[in-house]
Amino acid sequence: MSTFIALLFWFASAVIILGLAFKIRQYWVTPAPLKIPTTPAPTTRTGVIYRMAKEVVVFESLFKSNKWIWVFGWMFHISLALVLARHLRYFQEQPWFWVNIIQPFGKYAAFTMVIGLLGLLARRFVVARVRYISAPSDYLMLIMLVFIGISGLMMQLVVRPDIIAIKEYFLSWMGFSIGDLTFSTPLIIHLLLVALLMIVFPFSKLLHAPGIFFSPTRNQVDNPREKRHLSKWAAALETDNNKD
Amino acid sequence: MADFETPELFKNIHVPKPVPGTMESVGPFIAKPDHQTDLGFPAELVDNWEEKAIDAMGVAVTKYRGLRVFLDACVKCGSCTDKCHYYIGSSDPKNMPVARQDLFRSVYRKYHTPAGKFLSKLGLEWLIGAKSMTKDVLDDWWNYYHQCSECRRCSVYCPYGIDTAEITMAARDVMAQVGRGMKYNNEIIGKVYKIGNNLGLPERALADTLEGLEEDIEDETGVKVELPLDRKGVDILLVTPSADFFAEPHVDGLMGYAKVFHESGVSWTLSSKASEAANFGLFIGSYDNMRKISLRIREAAIDLGVKRIVYGECGHAWRVGYSFLNTLAGPFDFLDQNYPIPQHICEFTHDLIQKDKLKFDPSENDWMTLTFHDSCNVARASRMGDKPGGQFTIPRDIIKTVCNNYVDMAPETIGEGTFCCGGGGGLLTDDLMPVRVKGALPRMTALTNVVQDEGVTHMAAICAICKSQFTKVLPYYNLGMDMIVSVHQLVSSALILTSRDDEEDESEAAPAESSTE
Repeated sequence: MSTFIALLFWFASAVIILGLAFKIRQYWVTPAPLKIPTTPAPTTRTGVIYRMAKEVVVFESLFKSNKWIWVFGWMFHISLALVLARHLRYFQEQPWFWVNIIQPFGKYAAFTMVIGLLGLLARRFVVARVRYISAPSDYLMLIMLVFIGISGLMMQLVVRPDIIAIKEYFLSWMGFSIGDLTFSTPLIIHLLLVALLMIVFPFSKLLHAPGIFFSPTRNQVDNPREKRHLSKWAAALETDNNKD
Repeated sequence: MADFETPELFKNIHVPKPVPGTMESVGPFIAKPDHQTDLGFPAELVDNWEEKAIDAMGVAVTKYRGLRVFLDACVKCGSCTDKCHYYIGSSDPKNMPVARQDLFRSVYRKYHTPAGKFLSKLGLEWLIGAKSMTKDVLDDWWNYYHQCSECRRCSVYCPYGIDTAEITMAARDVMAQVGRGMKYNNEIIGKVYKIGNNLGLPERALADTLEGLEEDIEDETGVKVELPLDRKGVDILLVTPSADFFAEPHVDGLMGYAKVFHESGVSWTLSSKASEAANFGLFIGSYDNMRKISLRIREAAIDLGVKRIVYGECGHAWRVGYSFLNTLAGPFDFLDQNYPIPQHICEFTHDLIQKDKLKFDPSENDWMTLTFHDSCNVARASRMGDKPGGQFTIPRDIIKTVCNNYVDMAPETIGEGTFCCGGGGGLLTDDLMPVRVKGALPRMTALTNVVQDEGVTHMAAICAICKSQFTKVLPYYNLGMDMIVSVHQLVSSALILTSRDDEEDESEAAPAESSTE
């Protein structure tokens, strides 16, 4: 089992890193030939950074749109960020000081993460409009995350695993060697689902994470009159006509 | 046209439960072979259209980053589902922005993503909602991508800024490329190429119309205000939607621009070559056609030797003018760089008001109580002035300067959250009347409220399509068709004209001298 998990995670890590690198490169090289920021939009690069920061950190547009989705969605994402940060201690010999500071918060974040996810899942069943647009994968994605959260909570509350042993196992995994670890049922579920999440990440709607940074309606500066915007393929269409 | 019912007006905007299939129909009229070939598209649906459509989608996602990101990033959170005026007015779930996008996304997923290709081999593509390109899918595209006015309201509320307009445009372009084009839009673009404007108004008729308008203004005010055509060497080229030449209330707006130019003292002209600001290339998502139409304006500006370009009241034209003209037909280094290129007529008028160069008698408009409809392309796809949001404040400042009675509609229905008139995005055709009437519901709700609560009598707009659409749909909601007015119509009524005495003296003096000889 130790060997299988180590191999699986090397594979999953390769998939998520290479997959995301491929998608980010694809977004990077695909031109946005026209200026299409949703206005009113910032007229400076600094303004765009501020707009993007608000979208990424507090989900500004979602807040404007729907308070229920915002509450559950933001609760889930901010909790996930805390939980992920808390997990850094398994991959660092000597965790950064802030990783130590957030440990107690990360603990509670697991609860709020699951609550947020269950709220989002409930909306998929309860709100007819959202039910209409949901594909099986949309439910499965949430269910997978719920089980990751619950299996994690199980280890916190019911079957406490040997944290030191897990840390040693993953530290040696990072050095490309396979350690030895005994796996409880919650730990196995937790790890298998996390690996699955990493594998589907670059092939699914989870691409919204890198995608938002490349969204032209949010990342473009509103200055088309001041500065001529011309993509490569559009420039190739230029004739003498334009240069008269 | 099928019979349809005008939707029920609730006190507040009411989000209906989805009722699948309510807007199923054969969609708008299909373009005739000539309308297609004029624009460089195949005359009719090609034999292997499925394959061709899939290929065209593959090309589109490499040319437009927005499209690729929008197709990948949607998490189906549902925040857009209650934002579209066509959904609110029709209850058809395929008019929810995300569902409309999914018509395209499901096919993209199947053929152009690793997950879709892999799961299709296992027969599991349904897991991720991926679908094959079939005749049913094409029919759904045809119908529902012509129930989107590309108004971008959904993009305001999407956490990733996904813009359904971009997907609608891509879908329409793919359909046109496989031989399924829309009659209304493509026929109009053909007229622009052949005659110079959407209405197919030839130069002679245009000249006569402008002369008639000059006479009307002189009869009414006693002041000679010119509306010049193809006059070389003047300061400003005005490009305006051709509806301004005779449709009501558009033409009253045109007379308003003329009076403002007259008072400002700058010389200006219209062009018979670019006698149209509208650019339906935007609606059909065709970069090539949009560019070709834009280049007419560049050519006209060069031919006439003007220093500035000013746009009349037209929503999508202002989007193309403000956001795209520099890209499509620039660089404009031959124009005066001290002025915005191009400039909106509202910016022009507002600037003169700021400098106190115009004199008004706002009591001329006292018989009206005004509200203002923010047109979607101006509100969410362009700007006026130096600051973000100028597109909201500048027209309102103008109205408040020339009218004493002004109230806004409910805040969530104006500004960046404005509701489309229901006829934008190339849907302003009689064969889509049910769509247009249903789509107007949210705006009609907000308007009815200010009519009943605040005594509003008129609604001003700065978009030719909005004006035409409202004229047609207001009666369906028991409101008068003449409630809709142009912003520069209000300016026109209140503006105090000064006759160019010195000039007239000279011109009158000259023949007098000759007669004494």
